[in-house]
Amino acid sequence: MSGLTYETVARFAQQGGTVFFGLMFFCGLIYALWPRHKQAFQRLAQLPLEDDEAPHV
Amino acid sequence: MTQAIARRDEAPLDAVALYTFTGLAAFAALLATAFTKDPSFRFHGYVMLTAFIVAFLALTAALGSNRLRSDQTRYADGVIRAGVIATMFWAIAGLAAGALIASQLSWPRIFYFPDAPWLNFGRLRPLHTSAVIFAFGGNALIATSFYVVQRTCRARLAGGVWPWFVFWGYQLFIVLAATGYMAGITQSREYAEPEWYVDIWLTIVWVAYLLVFLGTIWKRKEPHIYVANWFYLAFIVTIAILHLINNAAVPVGLLEAKSYSAFSGVQDALVQWWYGHNAVGFFLTAGFLGMMYYFVPKRVDRPVYSYRLSIVHFWSLIFIYIWAGPHHLHYTALPQWAQTLGMTFSIMLWMPSWGGMINGLMTLSGAWDKLRTDPVVRMMVVAIAFYGMATFEGPLMSIRAVNALSHYTDWTIGHVHSGALGWVGFISFGAIYCMVPWLWKKDRLYSNQLVEWHFWIATTGILLYIAAMWVSGIMEGLMWREYTPQGYLANAFVETVAAKHIENVIRTVGGLMYLSGAVIMAYNLWRTVRLPGVVSTTSSPAAPPMPALAAAE
Repeated sequence: MSGLTYETVARFAQQGGTVFFGLMFFCGLIYALWPRHKQAFQRLAQLPLEDDEAPHV
Repeated sequence: MTQAIARRDEAPLDAVALYTFTGLAAFAALLATAFTKDPSFRFHGYVMLTAFIVAFLALTAALGSNRLRSDQTRYADGVIRAGVIATMFWAIAGLAAGALIASQLSWPRIFYFPDAPWLNFGRLRPLHTSAVIFAFGGNALIATSFYVVQRTCRARLAGGVWPWFVFWGYQLFIVLAATGYMAGITQSREYAEPEWYVDIWLTIVWVAYLLVFLGTIWKRKEPHIYVANWFYLAFIVTIAILHLINNAAVPVGLLEAKSYSAFSGVQDALVQWWYGHNAVGFFLTAGFLGMMYYFVPKRVDRPVYSYRLSIVHFWSLIFIYIWAGPHHLHYTALPQWAQTLGMTFSIMLWMPSWGGMINGLMTLSGAWDKLRTDPVVRMMVVAIAFYGMATFEGPLMSIRAVNALSHYTDWTIGHVHSGALGWVGFISFGAIYCMVPWLWKKDRLYSNQLVEWHFWIATTGILLYIAAMWVSGIMEGLMWREYTPQGYLANAFVETVAAKHIENVIRTVGGLMYLSGAVIMAYNLWRTVRLPGVVSTTSSPAAPPMPALAAAE
């Protein structure tokens, strides 16, 4: 139990958290910038315009 | 008789489940009301009992008919229409409460009522904040999220009658919260004042909301989940987590209203502001960004400027926002590293916030003329501009040295209102101006001229409000830190209050102007609903068919 001090828990949370969230964010970034996704994103950008169920003002 | 029984047997499972739930809830409320010795708890017991009995009777009547059966080829729009009406009702109620408490600050001799404690500033202030944030903002979010998720998933809302439970359950939560504040029932946590049993009720409603939303995404006909739904989902999930943790409390007794927080001291303060700031980040920002990502492109008829940017915007916003809360606790018992962490993450928020603002504004590329011709577009664009301004000012105020001057002053109030009136209010008004003709099948709003009036009166009101609060906030901040040569504080607190009189009056005028704008809007919408409908090809003009359903498959 002596290993589980405030400092070790805090270090794990601070450094581990930074690395974990940093990696997660980069995964998101890579997903967003992946060239193959470009076509899907271009279509998705149009998505709100596609449903013409009612005449608009 | 046999026919009625046969029909009842055919009642959809979701309706039967809701019927059973309402009956059990009514029974529980009856027992609680009967056995409690706490008058506050009994008062709320009566409110809940009445609500559950009315719901039970309404369901009893409806179960015999075919009305609870949902047609899967049509969008569920009835609950959204109800949501729009509730949004406007609570907007006017919440803004009126704000105007009243602003008047109390301006003219305490007239608006202080010693014989009516429930109209005291201390009770009406949380009533105002909860009414505008949760009643107005919350109803706008629930209504627009139901609208957007169906259109972008090309699927009817999941859960049959349960979206109606979400709607009415949420209204009950608002009534319990508001009546509780006025009766003095509060756990004194900012934006989370309702006591433990109201919190449990909201948890039930919120889980139902999450399940309806997820269920709709689950059965979507569109392979991708559109970015607006990501923002709405982040809002729903995060609010659930925040609500559960911040409201962890031990009631004094199972039949008593009063409870005590599970946390104490600085931990309690940190949990409270972790909650409080993420109520701003996920309730007042993420959800309304979902609104922006659907209604702005839709209204200007242009694609989202950069869908890639919207993904980066989403992930960076939700990763960073969750850490910003400690900036509410500068110069407190909170360890300084935690204060610095909150401040650093607040400053980092500049990037996703402004990325999102740019994405929203640039969606107008090729349609900038609409800014001149369409007052609804102008309203939404000004909302995004206020979003940019408020998210610039916020990180600035989170810097410890700036916070030393701004904290506890009217500057904070002004900052909140540039976000709330400018961003949240205007983007919601814009979305509702869009939705009402679409939902009620009209080809236009009753009057664009009235939208112009609304826009200019409300915008002027916001500017008066925030400019007055900048002046009074910085003035009182400077007065609080002013020392005499002997080292004594130069000003008594009441002198700093007296010095703000003119600014308080200007703020009241600004708030009244904003309220007038909302009243004009309500009139305009009411006249829009009463316009003759457009000719529809479907037999029931109330619910539109889903034209893209077959095409997408």
